[in-house]
Amino acid sequence: MKQMIKVALPKGRLGESVYRLFDEIGYGCPEILENSRKLIFENEEKGICYFWVKPSDAAIYVEHGAADVGIAGLDILLEQEPDVYELLDLGFGRCKMVVAGKKGALSETGRTLRVATKFPNIAKKYYTEQSREIEIIKLNGSIELAPIVQLSDVIVDIVETGKTLKENKLEVFEEITAISARFIVNKASFRFKTQQIEEMCERLRARISEGKQV
Amino acid sequence: MNITDSILKREEKAIFSLRNLYEQYGYKKYKMSKFEEYDLYLENKSFLPSQQVITFTDLSGKLMALKPDVTLSIAKNASSNPSETEKLYYNENVYRTPHGSNEYREIMQVGLECLGDVDLYTQCEVILLACKSLQKLSDESLVVVSHLGFVSGLLESCGLSRSLEEKILKCIGHKNAHEIIRLCETSNVSEEICDSLVALTSLYGDFSETLVRAEELIRNEKMRDALEQLRELAGVLSGEPECSCMKLDFSVLNDLSYYNGLIFQGFIGGVPTAILSGGRYDNLMEKLGKKTKAIGFAVYADQLERSNQELDRFDVDVLLLYEANSDVSKLTAAVKMLTANGTRVRIQKTKSDRLRYRQLLRLSDGGLEILETND
Repeated sequence: MKQMIKVALPKGRLGESVYRLFDEIGYGCPEILENSRKLIFENEEKGICYFWVKPSDAAIYVEHGAADVGIAGLDILLEQEPDVYELLDLGFGRCKMVVAGKKGALSETGRTLRVATKFPNIAKKYYTEQSREIEIIKLNGSIELAPIVQLSDVIVDIVETGKTLKENKLEVFEEITAISARFIVNKASFRFKTQQIEEMCERLRARISEGKQV
Repeated sequence: MNITDSILKREEKAIFSLRNLYEQYGYKKYKMSKFEEYDLYLENKSFLPSQQVITFTDLSGKLMALKPDVTLSIAKNASSNPSETEKLYYNENVYRTPHGSNEYREIMQVGLECLGDVDLYTQCEVILLACKSLQKLSDESLVVVSHLGFVSGLLESCGLSRSLEEKILKCIGHKNAHEIIRLCETSNVSEEICDSLVALTSLYGDFSETLVRAEELIRNEKMRDALEQLRELAGVLSGEPECSCMKLDFSVLNDLSYYNGLIFQGFIGGVPTAILSGGRYDNLMEKLGKKTKAIGFAVYADQLERSNQELDRFDVDVLLLYEANSDVSKLTAAVKMLTANGTRVRIQKTKSDRLRYRQLLRLSDGGLEILETND
């Protein structure tokens, strides 16, 4: 019997375009598009099984082997540093990890910088490299609000178009890194299902480079 | 009925069979104290898989640690005479924070160390024992071997800055070719070097075939030596059926300042991380001021608990109920009869919801009466 490959897909727009990509390269599973309350979708013939997870949990499912492979944003990988293989940069879901705030917020260097963020590890690492004393305020959403209501001086967050920032009179001060979706693989699954995972990876790679040329 | 089959859990049985295996090869059991002076870990922090150590002050005011690692203690106490070979194995609990966790955990390790004169035979023996160990744990197992000399040789030939080297090593460990390309581009590393580094991430698979592919990457003597050693090893072990599960993978890494030469990891089906990890650590011996060589590995036996799919359905085979006025000598006789053939019997007055039993019996005037059977 063909061994199933279990895929952790991040819920939302990113996950949907990832599924379309998988469908195009021959890992379709039509029932996933039906609006149902099912949690797991299998296509035995193609040897594939999908489940939707919260985007920030995708790497956890893969690291613990509940999923063999998964898709996670580089932001999540940098924040959680999971022990997994990162085989491909899928090239979509592009955005940036930036430092932003109200105009002039960074120029005050004489005191502790208050940083509001969903990504405390990334923020800590970034400012440790600069030897800057900071205080981290961990938030779970609506990060842009923090500097407006003076909860923090700056925010470290992902920015796609920068529209929300502009509308709220916030500006980007520094770019920490560019973010995109990555194809990650559990280290043990890679060993035991090498051939299938390699084939999947190859098909993805081919499809992505085709996409780039168009 | 065999006691070991009925009572011992899978991981407990595994530990006995591993100990038996190591004894067969003449390794001596080494029982250690749970504590070690904290200084040892402070000086060798990056040797530890996790940096956190549980510390406490002993009665004389010395700062002590609950062992986070066994190898360091064995290496520290080993003889510094290179012609004397010590072969030891241990079965100890260590205390550390696993990757991605914020709490200390007690981790059961079984492992072996070979210190002194480590030659080709010794290395083959240790790898063979690693393969055999995994086969005792599962029907589905793999040992992945690498040689750090090959990786560090390649890095040395590239002449990269220290910080870039560190980042590249991390990428190699994650098989992350796209990040290597990006790093090389931003740091103006030549395309040729970049290509070799990328090639390293995909150097894995069947032992002899991967060796051939690795040949093309040789840039200096160090890399040539490393491949030669791997080839010798493969030559000896290819005849061993236990070693058919051996693969080569140059993305398997460990701290270069402590480890050198052969390193390896073991995987078994159902466990999502490496269950065995080991390698040559001559560099550690040198740091400890010894001229000896060393190789060893550890099996993380606690991981086995996770892969245990067949849960025991029942806590006891028989739950025997009696009443306040039951004849105690009859009760004793009944228990004696039931336990004689290995049945697990629990005797109490009332049923409890949490106890899972195969059969419910009651002792009445007429003898034993079956009330319920759950098979």
